[in-house]
Amino acid sequence: MVELALFLGLILLESVALIIAVLISVAFLIYFDRKVWAAVQMRRGPNVVGPWGILQSFADLIKFALKEVIIPDGANKGVFVIAPIVTALLALSAWVVIPINEGWRVANINVGVLYLFAISSLMVYGTIMGGWASNSKYPFLSALRSAAQMVSYEVSIGFVIITVLLCAGSLNLTDIVHAQHHGLGTKLGLPASFLDWYFIPLFPMFVIFFISALAETNRPPFDLVEAESELVAGFMVEYSSTPYLLFMLGEYVAITAMCAMTSIFFLGGWLPLIDIPVLNWVPGIIWFLIKLVFVFFMFAMVKAIVPRYRYDQLMRLGWKVFLPISLAWVVITSGVLVYMGWLPS
Amino acid sequence: MAITFFFYLFSLAAIASAMLVITARNPVHSVLFLILCFFNAAGLFVLLGAEFLAMILVVVYVGAVAVLFLFVVMMLDVDFVELREGFLDYLPIGGVIGLILLVEMILLVGTWTIAPDLIAHTSTPTIGDISNTQAIGQVLYTKYVFFFQMAGLILLVAMIGAIVLTMRHKPNLKRQVIADQVARGPATAVEIKNVKSGEGLQ
Repeated sequence: MVELALFLGLILLESVALIIAVLISVAFLIYFDRKVWAAVQMRRGPNVVGPWGILQSFADLIKFALKEVIIPDGANKGVFVIAPIVTALLALSAWVVIPINEGWRVANINVGVLYLFAISSLMVYGTIMGGWASNSKYPFLSALRSAAQMVSYEVSIGFVIITVLLCAGSLNLTDIVHAQHHGLGTKLGLPASFLDWYFIPLFPMFVIFFISALAETNRPPFDLVEAESELVAGFMVEYSSTPYLLFMLGEYVAITAMCAMTSIFFLGGWLPLIDIPVLNWVPGIIWFLIKLVFVFFMFAMVKAIVPRYRYDQLMRLGWKVFLPISLAWVVITSGVLVYMGWLPS
Repeated sequence: MAITFFFYLFSLAAIASAMLVITARNPVHSVLFLILCFFNAAGLFVLLGAEFLAMILVVVYVGAVAVLFLFVVMMLDVDFVELREGFLDYLPIGGVIGLILLVEMILLVGTWTIAPDLIAHTSTPTIGDISNTQAIGQVLYTKYVFFFQMAGLILLVAMIGAIVLTMRHKPNLKRQVIADQVARGPATAVEIKNVKSGEGLQ
């Protein structure tokens, strides 16, 4: 009984620590995102609160939390309030299975990849519920768009994940990182390095996963769900104050989770660039953070330089380009693995 | 101890949300309760140690099927008063279906209780030290590969059928052909004319 209480208490403590760490990182990543975006447009970006404006996100947090919550008269109140909570909750819960270093994760489950996939496919509910419950035209159109968009891009994400699984031979995220410790480079007799990571043999899948991750998290150029020129602010039109904050938070936490997934699947997770002394003295978490921030930087650059897609172009890209290519790559990968006898045992 | 607690938590929530699916007045609320019910079923699967099934349930039913459900229900213009009117007309057939389901459940659970060793004779994957994902894969792609492929084919045929039934080729509709756009260059897009001053184009 005491053992059980201790066990549950430990899990609770780990979860709270993880949530705080993720939230603080997200606050700085939002600042980083805005700075990158501003630099591309030759602006200064946030530079008022704190040195170089580094505390801007915290000022925003206080501002949102102190404002009045407005629930529209015609809204479906229960669903309206639950929607942002669902978004933030699901986004945070994705982080429990993500290993940020050797053994550093809250839950080491056998089906970690499927869990992440399930969570990312559930993220659409926040948008749909918020859009429907607002009882207003723009949010409703946005909800319909997001439902179609996210279901479409999940398909190609699924196939990309399958190719990674075929190479790694496990659904456990820690095992996927371990599998990238030896690969193409070590077959050539080199020490374990970035040549072993999956982004080289699976390069087309890496690109497809990155673009699908943009679409799955409603980032520009696929932010049709909240395209301001067409839908004002999409499903968030009627939201204010803390519920709006939760939506924004959920979105950014989901983006960082996607960046973490990209670095685990294709960039070797916490593995050092080259496994030689000096470089492998650097703790794994530093490597993981470098990779995560690099992928996030690419997300920010895409947001800054690529114009928004039209809706039919988005659907064409998902169903007519990504789906056939990723399906073909699954067949090719499994064929090569079987023919060369490289299947993981 | 913890498992018992979570079992009762998930099953109570599943039953309560299943009841609310049929009693909720708003069809969108019904679908949302259905999603909650699926979710609790996934929780029960996890408790049974079938984590693969739990995740597949969430990915397929909650992540895809229920989204489309919600999509359709949200767009319907449902008149709630009209919906309530036909309730008594459908009661007999609904009752019969419910009764059949109840009898089936009793037979299933009853057989299991009377002859617990029956389960040993059914072909279940032997779970040694492999995870249940591997166990399912080993049975599904060896012993039941024919049925698996068959189910896939049936779904494919259903999908093609749905597309054939709903696709209308409208004449005179301008469609974007990406290949044509990409292939377009200065030679095909622009025509340069040498116009003399004061004369204009003919």
